[in-house]
Amino acid sequence: MKTKSNLERVIESKIFAVTGELGPPQSADPEVIRRKAKILKGYVDACNVTDGQTAVVRMASWAACLIAKEEGLDPIVQMTCRDRNRIALQMDVLGIAALGINNMLCLTGDHQKFGNHPTAKGVYDLDSIQLVKMVKDMRDEKKFQCGEAMAVEPRLFIGAAENPFADPFEFRAPRLAKKVAAGADFIQTQIVYNVDKFAEWMKMVRDKGLHERVKILAGVAPIKSVGAARYMKTRVPGMDVPDGVVARLQGVPKEQVSKEGIKLCIDIINQVREIEGVAGIHLMAIEWEEAVPEMIEAAGLLPRPKFVA
Amino acid sequence: MLISKQKPLEEILSYLEGDKNIFLIGCKGCAEGWESGGEKQVAEMKSTLQEKGKTITGSVVVDMLCDSVLTKLKLRAYKKEIAAADSIMVLTDGAGVQTVAELVNKVVHPGCNTLSSGGAHAEWKEAERCLECGDCVLEFTGGLCPIARCSKHLLNGPCGGSQGGKCEVDPNIPCVWQQIVDRLAKLGQLDKLERLVTPKNWSVSLISGPPVKSLS
Ligand code: SF4
Repeated sequence: MKTKSNLERVIESKIFAVTGELGPPQSADPEVIRRKAKILKGYVDACNVTDGQTAVVRMASWAACLIAKEEGLDPIVQMTCRDRNRIALQMDVLGIAALGINNMLCLTGDHQKFGNHPTAKGVYDLDSIQLVKMVKDMRDEKKFQCGEAMAVEPRLFIGAAENPFADPFEFRAPRLAKKVAAGADFIQTQIVYNVDKFAEWMKMVRDKGLHERVKILAGVAPIKSVGAARYMKTRVPGMDVPDGVVARLQGVPKEQVSKEGIKLCIDIINQVREIEGVAGIHLMAIEWEEAVPEMIEAAGLLPRPKFVA
Repeated sequence: MLISKQKPLEEILSYLEGDKNIFLIGCKGCAEGWESGGEKQVAEMKSTLQEKGKTITGSVVVDMLCDSVLTKLKLRAYKKEIAAADSIMVLTDGAGVQTVAELVNKVVHPGCNTLSSGGAHAEWKEAERCLECGDCVLEFTGGLCPIARCSKHLLNGPCGGSQGGKCEVDPNIPCVWQQIVDRLAKLGQLDKLERLVTPKNWSVSLISGPPVKSLS
């Protein structure tokens, strides 16, 4: 084992992995995190804690991770290149590892234009691939990006994201190959609604043998309303929501839409599980954590394995 | 006035590895003034490359390389020489290199780093073509600049928000990474994107380097 990560243990034991997601509050209130963490505990192997998602100011990911860890989760700290240069990134990596956080997801980050401080100066000193490589070199070579050595390395299980639905489609598998070459241990994908396209991408991934070198967790998320589906379809960059998905939600009475959204998500979980090379799911029920336990149970993914770190 | 400086010869030669026949282009505008790619430097580069065993199929020094209309007219007279070349070496700033890349369906190598625009932005009117980063990457990106034209200055390929050829940040602007992938595919050079590009040296850029740049 490279780290003390629970997620690494689950994946290495070849158990179909489940990760969740937790969004920190736009305030200094720790209770929000405790409440969400209590719901997720026992249902996920590890849990992403977002880092200023959509460029909105929220509690720092590492701080919320610590609270989530106290509640018994194995947190995955998210780290974006949008707000930090290579100096700040490395300082955070050291601090995060010292605090006992075991996993880190390396992201470029949503552009500052989308958030609540659109006039901010974006950093983007590194891109996500360079960030993966830097963290990997810190862990495995005990080296800073500048080449200098360190005494105690940060033992982090390294993740990256990939979006099979973005363009240029033919470059998406080669881009994943770069993330693997840079040192990613696991990949979480953009939310899958278009299962056919995801399967096509997975085939390109298998053709390159990448599924054997990195563990791929398919992103899934329940949809609460027809409006939300439409919004994702038309307004969220890099999302692919087929017409059939919107139609399915439209086809049920209004008070049953959220139930149908959960069912639809469970169907997708069952479909992606059948695809060769998918090592788990990443369930993003942001601001709908209550839905997670019943979904994981209905998908037949209980009980979650327990490892003593 | 765009201030540029020739890249180290070693770097230039590494770009030309595998190419035997080279067409050389310089500029009588800024590059002449900064002695990075005027008549004299193009002649010098010609003999240097010949010494290194390259064949120069032809060379031209254009009055204002960043003026695409002018450059197009001028290059017409060199159709044969350009066709005979494996690739084109351009000795001027990033704006000029990108003009040539847009006009010619051949691999275009940047021979210079652009240190500063000196307040002017060459002849380009519709888009930012050079951000004076001081360490030109056009060699690896098909002659389209991801520093000036990608909203996140990405160096290892498109972000997850590129869709339908548009940038996630503004649907009115093209995603330059889509354009880079398209152009390299057309040139049969997509493998150029497989390389892991290391973190950029921003200390030579105008963005985070010293505020006033000189050639020294
Ligand atoms: S969509 Fe394209 S141009 Fe826009 S930030 Fe992403 S890679 Fe850069």
